[in-house]
Amino acid sequence: MRAPRWPVWLLLLLALAAELLPLPAAMQPLRPAWTTMVVIYWALMWPGRFGVFSAFLVGLCVDVAHGSLLGQHALSLSLLAYLVVRLHLQLRVFPLWQLTLSVFALMFIEAFVLLWIDGATGRAEFGPGRWGPVVAAALLWPALMAAMDRVRERLERRDSSFA
Amino acid sequence: MSPFPSSADSEGRAYRNASPGLRFFLTASLALALMFLDHRGIYLAQVRAYLGAAMYPLQIAIDSPSAGLGWLRENLARRETMQAENAALRSQSLTNRAELQRLAALQAENARFRALLDSKTRVSNRVVVAEILAVDMDPLRHRVILNKGGREGAIEGQALIDAMGVVGQITRDQGDSAEAILITDPDHAVPIEVVRNGLRSIAVGTGDLERLSLPFLTRNADIKAGDLLVTSGLGGTFPPGYPVGTVTAVDGSSGDAFLEIAARPAANLDRLHEVLLVFLQAGSAATPAPARGESPPVVASPPVKAAAAPSPATETPPLVTATPNADTPPEAAVEPVPVPVPEPEPEEVQE
Repeated sequence: MRAPRWPVWLLLLLALAAELLPLPAAMQPLRPAWTTMVVIYWALMWPGRFGVFSAFLVGLCVDVAHGSLLGQHALSLSLLAYLVVRLHLQLRVFPLWQLTLSVFALMFIEAFVLLWIDGATGRAEFGPGRWGPVVAAALLWPALMAAMDRVRERLERRDSSFA
Repeated sequence: MSPFPSSADSEGRAYRNASPGLRFFLTASLALALMFLDHRGIYLAQVRAYLGAAMYPLQIAIDSPSAGLGWLRENLARRETMQAENAALRSQSLTNRAELQRLAALQAENARFRALLDSKTRVSNRVVVAEILAVDMDPLRHRVILNKGGREGAIEGQALIDAMGVVGQITRDQGDSAEAILITDPDHAVPIEVVRNGLRSIAVGTGDLERLSLPFLTRNADIKAGDLLVTSGLGGTFPPGYPVGTVTAVDGSSGDAFLEIAARPAANLDRLHEVLLVFLQAGSAATPAPARGESPPVVASPPVKAAAAPSPATETPPLVTATPNADTPPEAAVEPVPVPVPEPEPEEVQE
């Protein structure tokens, strides 16, 4: 029996909601990039079920929710998913601190792609609003990973294809 | 024991179908095509409207805690506080009504003068209240979601004001909701005039909620800190005469041909909760087509301001300018930016 897919998408929806939650203006640059983290997690752990195409769909939703250029986050997240899927066997054997650093580097690349597209369309902006979410997300990665591992293990226990 | 117990998933399944490289190539090309079309503003407007409408339930859900808190505060308020608030509101309403009486007399006088000058009378604009959902969008852009859309008559390019001044304009109509851009977004510009002397220019957003910038005034322009800026009505998107901001600093020391002017927006952009959608009505200064109240015309693209670059402040009265849809150059009409910033033009030197 296969584990259901809907918890994957439910968690992504929650991450998207967490990105849209209103915060005081002073805290906004420190809002972690939740969707990016969750995309990395699923691409790392279930690369056969959550890959480039799924990340592309998530990116489209982020674009619509943020009101950014349609395709901008779709491109950056599918690049991110591609890198994670290619590297997942190396990444998984890293100790936690090394994995966290790698996640930071991957998210930095993703933010750089976004900056690049913003620059090409004439709205490049270097502020705390651009790099703050990456730093906050890297700091929160170990906690997010621990929480998501519990969900994933429950799902895998019900799934005979993981046995 | 490895911290990652399941590596079984990666074997066999990951590379069964198309390789991740091929998949990435496909999605990247698709994303690039989408970005190109969206940036040019072609084909995708309707798609984005549908996608935005699909996202609206999520936005409502995110807004609901703060909306619920507001509801609770209203319903659980103590009787005394309600009474005090009621009294304060009543006295304010009285003052406002007294002010309005004076305004009515002034308006009548104004209409008489305009009749003497043989120019069109300005009709007051109809407004509809819309609420801003408590949803944070992209931190680098100043966009908001309104709970009124095309079903309530909102159209793209429609001006938004609050009690203090101009807030922004609608960029995307999504049926039941609409996306709007604030005047402080770096992509936005408002045609303004200085109340003191009628000097016209353009106020551009800076990405800072407390600051607008006026980049197109030359060093000899007559402007100083404290000057009130109001909409000039050029371009037809914003009705004339609404406050936009106050000049806070004028810096001419940079050795540049143009002044660096900062202004503070009049509207409370960081504490917005409700805004007014302004419907330009027939007879109003720069209305492109007669809008008879109930059914405003559906303008497909927002009125583009390129044609309304500031002209010498002395001649052209604002009444005869700017029928935005008629004389807009076609290449400017596909620009996705709601209000393209015109190049600084030499004609402003003649102030």
